[in-house]
Amino acid sequence: MSYASSLYLTGAEVGLSLFGLVLLLVSAWSGPRSGRLLTVVTVAALVAAAVFSAHLFGRASGGDAVVRAFGDLYRADAFGSFAKVLIYLATAAVLVVTPRFFAQVGGYRGEYPVLMLFNAVGMGMMVSASDLMTLYIGLEMSSLSSYILASFLRQDDRSAEAGLKYFVLGALASGIILYGVSLVYGFTGTTNYEGIRAAFDTNFSTGALFGVVFVLAGLAFKVSAVPFHMWTPDVYEGAPTPVTAFFASAPKVAAMGMLLRMAMDPFAGEVDSWRQIVIFAALASIVVGALGAISQQNLKRLLAYSSINNVGFILIGLAAATPAGVAGALTYLTIYVAMVVGSFTALLMLRDPTGNNLETFADISGLSTRRPALAWSLLAVMFSLAGIPPLFGFWGKFVVFQAAVQADLVALAAIGIAASVIGAFYYLKFIKVMFFDEPMREVEASSPMGHWAVLAICVAIISPLGYLLTIPLGEWTAQAAASFVAAM
Amino acid sequence: MIGIEHYIVVSALLFVLGVLGIFLNRKNIIVILMAIELILLSVNLQLVAFSAFLGDLVGQVFAMFVLTVAAAEAAVGLAILVIYFRGRGTIAVDDVDRLKG
Repeated sequence: MSYASSLYLTGAEVGLSLFGLVLLLVSAWSGPRSGRLLTVVTVAALVAAAVFSAHLFGRASGGDAVVRAFGDLYRADAFGSFAKVLIYLATAAVLVVTPRFFAQVGGYRGEYPVLMLFNAVGMGMMVSASDLMTLYIGLEMSSLSSYILASFLRQDDRSAEAGLKYFVLGALASGIILYGVSLVYGFTGTTNYEGIRAAFDTNFSTGALFGVVFVLAGLAFKVSAVPFHMWTPDVYEGAPTPVTAFFASAPKVAAMGMLLRMAMDPFAGEVDSWRQIVIFAALASIVVGALGAISQQNLKRLLAYSSINNVGFILIGLAAATPAGVAGALTYLTIYVAMVVGSFTALLMLRDPTGNNLETFADISGLSTRRPALAWSLLAVMFSLAGIPPLFGFWGKFVVFQAAVQADLVALAAIGIAASVIGAFYYLKFIKVMFFDEPMREVEASSPMGHWAVLAICVAIISPLGYLLTIPLGEWTAQAAASFVAAM
Repeated sequence: MIGIEHYIVVSALLFVLGVLGIFLNRKNIIVILMAIELILLSVNLQLVAFSAFLGDLVGQVFAMFVLTVAAAEAAVGLAILVIYFRGRGTIAVDDVDRLKG
């Protein structure tokens, strides 16, 4: 395990951090107008990092290649690499649709793509960490840049308030995770995942149990699972829309990846002690997310509840605590990213003729007569989020429920399916408003090509065409899940 | 003789005080920032105590990382607080209510 091989395995993150530092200098030097250029360069860098992670994925899933870097502080295994491909691609897609939003409201500066880049590095570290220290650094790197991004519109009260709320609750969550981490360290004597697992297998004391519960509670905060979801609607509504699109996509993958790895690697021997918590969080998220969304008029707030709801389904995959469950959760996450990026891109394309962003139900009434293509795309995304069969969103729900049933959690699966029907209500409201209500507002007639390209890719993935992906996606996620089985 | 238990109890108390400071405080956001620092310091105390107890350096290295990140966190938090104050002219907790529903 030489230094060179460690650098090679962490290549995507090391490369992105160095690149981010250079970009930071460039943006400081060239002033506020460099934003657009830096965005293009950043998107290219993120795509390159995704390609490199895909290469590492192929390497790690091939067999017994070395995946541990820096004395097992970091693992570039199939699971981490798969999640990183998703994270980098989602971040790049969100960056593509960002500059147009800020062109209208102003205040776009070179820091924005740089912050996204550092955020992506932090998220890459989160999903690859195999030591509590690496995990903490990755988590904070991602969180700190997220707080700044949320309050990026400095003149806007709502944006500043979103940043403030996100900061306070995010810092509290980090503190809770950290307290749990210190307990786990104290009762096992190590911060390495493998060491923790071995120590838990010989002696699982009450103090260690407290540590596990604190860590899981903090992580639930980060994925915005009920009962730690209070911050989500406010932050999603107040943050600038492209930032909300980002929060709902890539950091969800990172936090969920980190949670999956935590639960299935160091805590894998203690499934019985954490399964109850995960089952409760999953069901509560599904129900609260669905019920909370019903009365919302603001579409960003509605999508926040929708993301809480979706996190519940992903947690069902984790509750199964089997390789099939992990693979199901990853499949769901992949489809979820396409759905979220698609829905927020559609939202960003909604503008009034002067270019201001629209974000309430009243604004999209009668959209099908003004912008039929956009209305149909939005409809497809919403139906996919509801899990209505011809669309690919159904497949994600199917695999997690299948995993839950195979793990003898039939009751959990049954309640989850019943609760997902509630969610169909507010997704159906989209049809009513867009297709049957009278148009109330003029909307901008055209959208930039970049937005259309991102939306078209997302809609193609979630359309029935997506089922062409089921076999490769199943194989990839199974290989990713196998990286824990090997560790088991 | 002061043993490891005493350190654990003290840091648990500090942690609880920090959490309560965030939730019970109705006055001022600066107090929340202080409460967050208190949480991080309770963790540091615990890490260092465990490190000494176990005779293992990892805990102290971890405490260094936590200190560094806490500094960055305070900087970011205060910066956000400053732009919030510029817009609203208040930092009272009860006034943070523009977003709800």
